[in-house]
Amino acid sequence: MISSANSSSSRSRVDAALRPALFALATASAALLALVLLFLAGESWPALAEGGWRRFLASDGWYPASGDFDLWPMAWATLAAATGALAIALPLGVGGAIFTRFYAPPPLAAAFRRLLGLLAGIPSVVFGLWGLTVLVPILARWQPPGTSLAAAILILALMVLPTVALTADSALAAVPPDWLAGAHALGLTRSATVLRVALPAARAGIAGGALLAAARALGETMAVLMVAGNVVQTPTGLFEPVRVLTANIALEMAYAAGTHRAALFASGLLLTALVALLAWSAARVGERTNA
Amino acid sequence: MTGTAPCAPYTLGDLAEGTPCCVPQPHLEIRDLSIAYGGQPVLAGVGLDIPRGCITALIGPSGCGKTSFLSALNRLTDLIPGCTVRGIVRLDGGDVFDAQVDTLALRRRIGMIFQRPNPFPLSIRRNLDMPLREHGVRRRDEREDRIEAALRGVGLWDEVRERLDAPALGLSGGQQQRLCIARALVLQPEILLMDEPCSALDPLASAVVEELILRLAGRHTIVIVTHNLAQARRIANYAAFFWMTEQVGKLVEFGQSRTLFDAPKHSLTAAYVSGRSG
Repeated sequence: MISSANSSSSRSRVDAALRPALFALATASAALLALVLLFLAGESWPALAEGGWRRFLASDGWYPASGDFDLWPMAWATLAAATGALAIALPLGVGGAIFTRFYAPPPLAAAFRRLLGLLAGIPSVVFGLWGLTVLVPILARWQPPGTSLAAAILILALMVLPTVALTADSALAAVPPDWLAGAHALGLTRSATVLRVALPAARAGIAGGALLAAARALGETMAVLMVAGNVVQTPTGLFEPVRVLTANIALEMAYAAGTHRAALFASGLLLTALVALLAWSAARVGERTNA
Repeated sequence: MTGTAPCAPYTLGDLAEGTPCCVPQPHLEIRDLSIAYGGQPVLAGVGLDIPRGCITALIGPSGCGKTSFLSALNRLTDLIPGCTVRGIVRLDGGDVFDAQVDTLALRRRIGMIFQRPNPFPLSIRRNLDMPLREHGVRRRDEREDRIEAALRGVGLWDEVRERLDAPALGLSGGQQQRLCIARALVLQPEILLMDEPCSALDPLASAVVEELILRLAGRHTIVIVTHNLAQARRIANYAAFFWMTEQVGKLVEFGQSRTLFDAPKHSLTAAYVSGRSG
């Protein structure tokens, strides 16, 4: 196999200069990422060294003043919000992608895609603003106080919907036309072609998109902070206020010091690990498709 | 495996001394068929009868509309945006292009094999089971019988019986193509359209598929596009030679393949089959 890495020729001076320059750029971006991780680990070290991980898992709650740093309630809230958002966004997004790919007339499909692209570009604070002024009052009329896990889930679902829909759409677009032609030639109905051939073929791409969406939902801060109510408690119902890990960092960073500050960094480390795990799984799932 | 052949050995060419499997009686009647993509004609004024139970080879240079012609027969052309088809294709007397025709049922009667093997990314079994299910074969034991029969029919049963639930994409190219033929056969079509079914296969696998096509003839009417003139000469009872004039594909000559190859009437055909053009 011909590798493009080995085909550089000494003939071109541009190549000779480009190679080290690109190497330096690549190293710099990798090094920056490594530095961020090192910084996170370093800053959270005091908290970890002092009480060990147990301190974060088995304290009596989150009372920084008295040295209790139980992350569980917020970890559960984070997971519940992300899972709930995905449970809503996945059927909506995949359904929308199937519609645009196989049923919609081309102009409508194009408009739909452009709209999703636009939705993906809306800043999260705008989602938060809309959630706070429109969604929360509606929820409050029905299930006070309104600022709640449910509000966080709905806002996050809206925010990750474009990711899910656009990745599903491109996964469906990447289904080899040979398979679709084969399905049509067998006299399969359109729904059978979609459900039995296209969806299984695009499954890995859709799953990869869902994992990326989950990573985004876990990491989202501003919009959730604005609508979730931010009470530190393990969620027991959809309509209770919760505080997620990201919001906790944003809310307390300004005044935290000492172990409290280190504990916030530790929760950042935990989030990073979760998101990295999801991104890694997404890549693994993607690899399986190409195998 | 010869048990599946309705009347082996299958003789080529001269119908008078041939078997009754290939009969000079039209299964498909094509009259004045023209195909255009976005208003641009690619094939014009084609008329011929595809004889029942025979192998009819479509030969000619690339781009002269052979594949389009094949796709019009099972109305796969319906799915190509901007494609218009004019003319008449009669299957047992009924016009295939009639608005009342149920295309799904039509495609069940007229199976198609593609140039590149295209088994679905499912298990070997599911590749055959799914179309049966979708066509309303509810009883599981019936489906299993038909799957086994189809796999035996293409000589794949002994190779895959131990791993029916393995992914179909793990099979070799030749096995995949035979699986695709089995997938078409499982619906018991009358006619099989084959678009260069051997061109993506190595010579050995190609020979196996070629032999299979010979065995399928008789029970099925076969229309095959091939660029391999030697193959057309070996397997076809009838041959149709397409040529492009002024950017539009036309049928130049149609007849028994022996005549078309050995004593062509048209000078273009003579030049093409002798390798002097194309």
